[in-house]
Amino acid sequence: MPLDESFKNRRTFLRQALGIVPGAVLLSSGGAELLSSATALGATVKPPPATPYAPTFFNAAEWAFLNAAVDRLIPADLEGPGGVELGVPEFIDRQMETGYGYGEFWYLSSPFVPDVDPSLGYQLQYAPREFYRTAIADIDAACVSAHGNAFSALDPATQDAVLTALQKGSLPLARIAKPAEFFIQLLANTKEGYFADPMYGGNKHMGSWKMIGFPGARADFKSWMTRPGVVYPLGPVSIQGEKA
Amino acid sequence: MTVTMKPVDAVVIGLGWTGSILSMELASEGINVVALERGAYRDTAPDWTYPKAVDELKYGIRGELFQRLSKDTVTIRHAVGDTAVPYRQLNVFLLPDNVGGAGVHWNGQHYRPSPEDLKFYSHNVERYGAKFLPEDMTIQDYDVTYDELEPYLDEFERLCGTSGQAGNIRGKLIAGGNPFEGPRSRDYPTPALPDSEGARRFAKAAKEMGYSPFPQPSANCSQPWTNQYGVRLGPCNLCGYCERYGCYIYAKASPQTTILPALLRKPNFEMRTHSTVTKINLSSDGKRATGVTYVDATGQEVIQPADLVILSSFQINNVRLMLLSGIGKPYDPNTGEGVIGKNFAYQMMSESALFFDKDVATNPFIGAGAGAQQIIDEFNADHFDHAPHGFIGGGYILGGTTGGRPLQQLNVPPGTPAWGAAWKKAAKDTYLHSTRVQTHSSVMSYRGAYVDLDPTYRNALGQPLARITFDWHDNEYKMTKFVTDRALEIVAKMNPKSHTVTMRKPGEHFNTRQYQTTHITGGVITGADPKTSAVNRYSQSWDVPNLFVFGASAFPQNFGYNPTGLIGGLTYMGAHAIREKYLKSPGPLVPV
Repeated sequence: MPLDESFKNRRTFLRQALGIVPGAVLLSSGGAELLSSATALGATVKPPPATPYAPTFFNAAEWAFLNAAVDRLIPADLEGPGGVELGVPEFIDRQMETGYGYGEFWYLSSPFVPDVDPSLGYQLQYAPREFYRTAIADIDAACVSAHGNAFSALDPATQDAVLTALQKGSLPLARIAKPAEFFIQLLANTKEGYFADPMYGGNKHMGSWKMIGFPGARADFKSWMTRPGVVYPLGPVSIQGEKA
Repeated sequence: MTVTMKPVDAVVIGLGWTGSILSMELASEGINVVALERGAYRDTAPDWTYPKAVDELKYGIRGELFQRLSKDTVTIRHAVGDTAVPYRQLNVFLLPDNVGGAGVHWNGQHYRPSPEDLKFYSHNVERYGAKFLPEDMTIQDYDVTYDELEPYLDEFERLCGTSGQAGNIRGKLIAGGNPFEGPRSRDYPTPALPDSEGARRFAKAAKEMGYSPFPQPSANCSQPWTNQYGVRLGPCNLCGYCERYGCYIYAKASPQTTILPALLRKPNFEMRTHSTVTKINLSSDGKRATGVTYVDATGQEVIQPADLVILSSFQINNVRLMLLSGIGKPYDPNTGEGVIGKNFAYQMMSESALFFDKDVATNPFIGAGAGAQQIIDEFNADHFDHAPHGFIGGGYILGGTTGGRPLQQLNVPPGTPAWGAAWKKAAKDTYLHSTRVQTHSSVMSYRGAYVDLDPTYRNALGQPLARITFDWHDNEYKMTKFVTDRALEIVAKMNPKSHTVTMRKPGEHFNTRQYQTTHITGGVITGADPKTSAVNRYSQSWDVPNLFVFGASAFPQNFGYNPTGLIGGLTYMGAHAIREKYLKSPGPLVPV
């Protein structure tokens, strides 16, 4: 099973790379490049970007978590590109520098009453930036305590188990009253980075749009609107004019 | 220090659909009109030109066009006695902001009410008996009949260039239209948009089952249209970016594409943006509005005296400003007395995503927020006998997609995990072969569903947030089960490989995390009796006759259709009454 083998190798490589490379190096240049090289083992993968992305907001440990988590949430395989190779971690890092990251879109005035019925929505005090900073540290601490290692150094099956526990709200975190809220945030931002226009740093070369068949910013179907059921023939374009 | 401006004839609070119509109609009378809009001015060019308008992250997900909740929001609780908590992230309904309001980012789903919707209390009591209604249900009649309202519903359709297929012109039924609609004086301004593949399959199945499917009426023009103000719209190209987006192609009716180009040229009209009205000011006896107080972009408090005040902001802001200004008696859920805040309602939807074989190309991204979908109306309003079913109200069933934007509109088959390799494979395999069937239904009003001022939370200006008390009731759970079951029979007939079902079930609370519609209603309701309503049939305040309040805040309960068509009709009816009667003889238009 060459695919399985290549993925096993890739996992080992990824784990070792993230585990061994010191944070400062990873932060400045290593992370994205190593991950891209690793995913290049897959069949549908693009060549690595010319300039590796250096995160602005996330520190080395957070960046390692984010890359590892995104790689589990949307893994690379023969079906199509994974979240890491499409730049989802870069997308999330860049979002942290926007008004959204600072919480401009959310009402964050006190008092906070997190223990209400979940149907009443998000009730924590964190804007996205603080949410990532606090939750990643708490998740890594929980992983060290339970498994002896930070999340990024765990094997994929254990990482999946941690993410599933987070999703179900059964992974207690030191400072997050409702841990499942962080999973909602992480998964939403991951899918955003996967499917949003490439100008935001994710969905490199419209990889996800090509995979599903979405024509992106074409947004003019005058010539096709009276042909229901006939396969639309054109590939995607991006807002900045990239074509596929 | 507060600044006082020169008095004007009329001040308009909020420049969305209703404020734009009133500004235009009043300015056409030659009187001086100032519109105060808390948000910014925006227009097709330069704000949402192609391709920057078709940005799903910016508009669909972050909500560029909506109210920034950090500045202002509402609080929500499920029952009287609970502590309400803030609506911190936009999900279940969207709150509009800026010039054009929700008229910019609506879908253009443009319906008229069914005749019985306007007399929903007396109609149901007459047909099923008073005991058929639950004891705590507080539905009421509008003080206007369908036939009285028809010219104004028509006028709003002409404004929008609305596309569709008439089903009933002056009592004559027309094949291919909605056989349940009230008599229309004439056809839609422009013909219906073409069907998407999902709509085509839905209509075929529905027809085979004996229903009468018809194209969804849409305020997205199908042909160029010049409206009564001389403003010209262009045809829709089914780009798939409607709801939450500004229309880059001038096809979707909005204040910007139908009114503002003519209004902004009028010398007796002035628009002041970044001007947030904090209070409607009253004379010392409380019987007359003297104008408004607002805060401008610099934080300066300004008093604008006016002879006539038009309150035309979004539903929840209308209610809050009435409460903050002390106009009308606040509603008390314990006694059922008072009117301001009374009868808050919403709508209830259900949805099924359908997945076909790979040889079926649905092209889900070809669509419009309205149009290119097909509807059946057999289970809406009182179009069927409710007696065996134990509930009132209902909804329409629609087939097709409004677009295929992958973050908001990509569905995966039942049982697919939310993440991981299996999710990705499902997304890849099914995206191009999927479509959707939905139900869009009424919600009645109840004694315990209302709006007041929150005792704890405040907005950026330090004013109390509006507090919504709302949850589902048995009538609506029964209704959605019945209508959804009918929808699922059509889904089965469409014969997909698999399908999902999303439906509200007994025991589930109103969930603020799941978007359904932006159609929140009530709180400044219209009616025939000042004891049970806040405004009369012309949208005039019973308490302060030189104040008119427009918008979905007028609905005594929420019907099964999207609200904008009815809002437009009520707005034109009020505008005509002001022009033709009130300005000649200011005072109550309906004797108290």
